[in-house]
Amino acid sequence: MTGLTLGPLLFHWPRAKRRDFYARIANEAPVDCVHLGEVVCSKREPFSAPDLPEIAERLRAGGKQVVLSTLALVTSRREVQAIRESCDAGLLIEANDVSSLRALAGRPHVIGPLLNIFNEDSLAYAARNGAIRIVPPVEVTAAGLRTLLAHAGGMEVEVQVFGRQTLSVSARCYHARSHGLHKDNCRHVCEGEPDGLPVATLDGRSILAVNGTQTMSHGYVVLLREMAALAAWGVHRFRLSPQDVDMVAVARLARATLDRTIDAEAATAAVQSLIGDVPLINGYLHGREGLAWVSRSL
Amino acid sequence: MNGPYLELVCPAGTPAALRAAIAAGADTIYCGFRDATNARNYPGLNFDRDEMASGIAHAHAHGCKVLVAINTFPRPGEAAVWRAAVDDAASFGADAAILADIGMMDYASRRHPTLRLHLSVQAGASNPLALDFYRENFGIRRAVLPRVLEVREIADLVARMQMEAEVFAFGSLGTMAEGRCVLSSYLTGRSPTSDGVCAPAEHVSYEETDGRMSVRLGGVTMNCFSRHEPASYPTPCKARLRVRGIASYIFDEPVGLNAIGILPQLKSAGVTALKIEGRQRSRAYVVQVIRAFRTALDALAAGAPVPPVDLSGVVEGHRETLGAYRKGWR
Repeated sequence: MTGLTLGPLLFHWPRAKRRDFYARIANEAPVDCVHLGEVVCSKREPFSAPDLPEIAERLRAGGKQVVLSTLALVTSRREVQAIRESCDAGLLIEANDVSSLRALAGRPHVIGPLLNIFNEDSLAYAARNGAIRIVPPVEVTAAGLRTLLAHAGGMEVEVQVFGRQTLSVSARCYHARSHGLHKDNCRHVCEGEPDGLPVATLDGRSILAVNGTQTMSHGYVVLLREMAALAAWGVHRFRLSPQDVDMVAVARLARATLDRTIDAEAATAAVQSLIGDVPLINGYLHGREGLAWVSRSL
Repeated sequence: MNGPYLELVCPAGTPAALRAAIAAGADTIYCGFRDATNARNYPGLNFDRDEMASGIAHAHAHGCKVLVAINTFPRPGEAAVWRAAVDDAASFGADAAILADIGMMDYASRRHPTLRLHLSVQAGASNPLALDFYRENFGIRRAVLPRVLEVREIADLVARMQMEAEVFAFGSLGTMAEGRCVLSSYLTGRSPTSDGVCAPAEHVSYEETDGRMSVRLGGVTMNCFSRHEPASYPTPCKARLRVRGIASYIFDEPVGLNAIGILPQLKSAGVTALKIEGRQRSRAYVVQVIRAFRTALDALAAGAPVPPVDLSGVVEGHRETLGAYRKGWR
């Protein structure tokens, strides 16, 4: 059966909100794999790390596979040490920085969407290095995905089908900058925007969302209408990236779409009503600019 | 080793720029083939096969090295084009290939074991563990460090990285971690990582209304200028955008990097080579920047004071920055 994954929570949520979120996911969400771990900023980690073992245990008790996602940009000695420790923690790891590939060599691991590993040569290398699953970068097109699947060998391929797409990673914190602060004295202001900080053009079009050091799409990628084709091509798993909406409802809609107990158009409309006035996007998969919405099917 | 004070690695977007850069005092030239295998894949730029072969021969005849940038990531099914670029760089006698893709490093290290390999900034290796991965698996000899580190962090990294370090010294550079930004393709469909283009000119449009000029990329407004303001190029990470209703350069101002004032600090940090950005810039620009750095480096090598030099006329937005090298930038 095609799997559903809940990706790592990319936003800095208050501790109680985070605990409640995962309690509900563990008990109610029809996903079989959940990613934990801080991907965006190591300064957030002290807030989530203490609860991680208990949340992981709860998810396992709920029948979910738990994967630990690593930090996307690793620079300080402390961050390097954290990568080593994570990779030795005995969990399945999603590598989001090349440093993790070194630490994980020869052991089963997941290649995250923030690594540029997607062509036949780098895929072959990743598989030899121990990768068992790969999440291609957001830019992948339908044609590229089919070729990638043909070269994935024994690796599972997972595609993000819901949530904001990460468009860039930086050393600079734009959340802090928007408050006239620096990353070093940021006061964790990113906690104030649990779904990202909206960024609009000068003529008022919402276009991006800042999430600390990451910049994301304003629109949510929604590929419910494309999932059946992707599954038929051999995509093994679909990723839902947590947003500040009813993710259990999103997961149920995705599961029902996969199980064909709901029509994909109806599921897409239901997702739109869950997320309010945020636009849907799917341009990259259709070979267009990422922010486009293409209404024809694959 | 009694090498230069710091090796000056200079851009050549065309064969004419290569010759001009060598004459102006470059120690080393970097350039790419005329296709998506290099990260400055713009119309009218870069080298066909014959031009690359003769460019390398010309450089070698003048005691100058040539590094061939094959520093983008082939899309699924496209790796053969990149492999051919590696093969040709090796057969033309390139002094090194600058690579970003793990598959290409794997290919080059096995197929051309004597070809020196440099790690492109696009590979985003910002810590010793990542650099160890590239060195141990592919024999990488030098890394171009991403512009995410302060000078003191560069020193700390160089001490632990067991290969040469090259850093950017001058040019128009984005704010995001290199190789990890797709803002351009989000707006235009054309990708920095796989097409080698950021904010391509054919997707840029200008519209004047009520005395104000709107500049758009992929139809999305990146900035708006009054008649008296200089208009900057609509690179997405240098866009003026609105956050909480307030217009600002939320990512970075349209400014250019100039590290000419901190060359001794970079030398002390253990850096081997300085990179000048600008394969897409004019020959006159390249010559002016190289002459300035050549003069500064020669003075430093001789223990003499560095004569003052004004590069503000050629730096992006006519405003200079030390970028991430300066504490507090992040």
